[in-house]
Amino acid sequence: MSLLTQYAFLIVPIVKIAILVFIVLTVDAYLTWIERKVVAHIQSRWGPHRVGPHGLLQPLADGVKFIFKEDPLPANVDKVAYFLAPFLALMLALTSLAVIPFGPQRFTVLGYQTGIGIADVDISLLVLFSITALAVYGVALAGWASNNKYSLLGGLRSSAQMISYELALTLSVVGVLLVAGSFSLREIIEHQANGHLGLLGWNIFGFTKDGVGFTQIIGFFCFYIAAIAETNRVPFDLPEAESELVAGFHTEYASMKFAMFFIAEYTSMITISCLATILFFGGWLSPFPASWTFTHYVPSLLLIPLGLWVIFDGMRYETIFGRIVLPGVGTVLVAIGAGLIVFPVVNEAIQGVFWFLAKVFTFLFIYVWMRGTLPRFRYDQLMSFGWKFLLPVSIANVVLTSAVVLWRMH
Amino acid sequence: MVPTNYYLILSAILFGLGIVGFVFKRNIIAIFMAIELMLNAVNLAFVAFSQSFGKVDGEVFVLFVIVVAAAEATVGLGIIILTARNRRSLNVERVDLLKL
Amino acid sequence: MTGALVIFFVLAALAVVGSISLIVQREPIHSALSLIVVMVALAGLYLLMGAEFVAAVQIIVYGGAIMVLFVFVIMLLNAGEEERTNFSKLATFAGIPLALAVTGFIAAAIAHSSASLPAPEPSGALTSTKTLSMLLFSDFVYPFELTSFLILVAILGAIVLAQREN
Repeated sequence: MSLLTQYAFLIVPIVKIAILVFIVLTVDAYLTWIERKVVAHIQSRWGPHRVGPHGLLQPLADGVKFIFKEDPLPANVDKVAYFLAPFLALMLALTSLAVIPFGPQRFTVLGYQTGIGIADVDISLLVLFSITALAVYGVALAGWASNNKYSLLGGLRSSAQMISYELALTLSVVGVLLVAGSFSLREIIEHQANGHLGLLGWNIFGFTKDGVGFTQIIGFFCFYIAAIAETNRVPFDLPEAESELVAGFHTEYASMKFAMFFIAEYTSMITISCLATILFFGGWLSPFPASWTFTHYVPSLLLIPLGLWVIFDGMRYETIFGRIVLPGVGTVLVAIGAGLIVFPVVNEAIQGVFWFLAKVFTFLFIYVWMRGTLPRFRYDQLMSFGWKFLLPVSIANVVLTSAVVLWRMH
Repeated sequence: MVPTNYYLILSAILFGLGIVGFVFKRNIIAIFMAIELMLNAVNLAFVAFSQSFGKVDGEVFVLFVIVVAAAEATVGLGIIILTARNRRSLNVERVDLLKL
Repeated sequence: MTGALVIFFVLAALAVVGSISLIVQREPIHSALSLIVVMVALAGLYLLMGAEFVAAVQIIVYGGAIMVLFVFVIMLLNAGEEERTNFSKLATFAGIPLALAVTGFIAAAIAHSSASLPAPEPSGALTSTKTLSMLLFSDFVYPFELTSFLILVAILGAIVLAQREN
């Protein structure tokens, strides 16, 4: 046993990494399902509903397809850059999840004290920005390596867009840094914890406990818009849209390499949503004041009706498979909800993680909602918006926030 | 911990490799990259000394060196683009109009 | 062989291999990729020494902006393989050993200087951003303002260079 405790500093993070990568890849897969269903319903159609009940096995079918598809190597590509680009994109997207704290608890396992989140560094926000800065290479190298003029143009456009909006992204967060006084994401969340006012202590409203707070609403809008441009999503997805430059920088990529770009895009969506909740919406903090302890039953209050609805829907489903699986899933949800009421210890432990995940899924839903609703920008409109509007507004936000913080400190 | 000398020797090696690259490469962009390598080697020496003496001045200088390198890369690459368009080649031996 | 020494040798080997690859590669894009590897290795070394803010700035500015500029220029100019031009054999046979000899001499001088200059080892204590910024804005405020002016001049220069001749 002493060997385990001696190397606990190595074993525990590795186990956490394995769990996190598994969870994130599953969430990515089901995020594609959510996106297709939501965009379909916005467009008054059904989306995938044949493969499994309500199309729930569609991501599995897509994964199997990616594995079995032919993976051609185009002629005259630059082999180093061609193989490096998707690998780089995926590695950077997954690494950025290492510094995000998912919950407040600190616990000790095998004599090693740790929290919910893989690494807890003092400069976690700077680490995230470093990884975002390096993510440009995945796109640029993919465009260059493909030996195809459309890919090259798409790659150049996309990387120029990413570095332009990276400035606005970084500057819009400086307001939060001024208010919180630290780069560590955990401390930024702790700073927003105002016990009486709950929701109003978050950075978006700015009534923090020590009085040195200012509403970061301009910063939030600049951050979210710049983040959507960073992740190449609608309405900023001209470089990779299907009706434009063929498919942009990932034209010449098939099966597994294309899947890597795909997963990298969805993982960076998840990272940006996590960042938006941590920086502006209080991370794992509950929106209700701490004195309202009856709000600790909100998770159960959401899970039990959801489970009952899934059971009810499953009983009337068309296929037999659906009539077995859906009530099963619904029963599990009801059981978890009831279990949370019966075991208050577990209920307390999952409060932070529940609110964090709820907010992250809200932001992911907004991402998907925008995909279904908005048309895309033309490239010159996109660049002039980033440089001529977003960057000056972010700088103005920094100046305004620093003036207010200085005034309030006296 | 790691002795300071190790960092300084590594800095000297990187600087030497930068000089070799600067002298022997013919592509102007590769020469520029060798210059950046030399600047990085100097940064390493700055940070090593800063940590070794316990003062933060060296790290502040590193920030200035990085900023100057950024400005230099911007203007230098602009000049390179213009020269390459004029002389239709990225080889430094082709830029020889003033040669006797 | 402590953990710190192992990490140092791994990162140092990565940096040296990256710089040799920078010199040896014939395509400029591969040289650029090697330089990025060198910069990330150096950022790791800065972290090992405890300079966390400098490491982050190195990756964000050097690796994420300056090298992106290099990669853009290489892609725009479609820089291909280096031409093979006539090359003085004397330069290769006398030059490279001379450069290595000079480097070795400097390295030996540094290694032997530990007796006369009793510099303490890197402490490994983390330098907080706060100490760095206190110094930057009090003692070094003039160089700071001058560098911001320098960046403005560089931006103007780049815009002037990029204009088309009318």
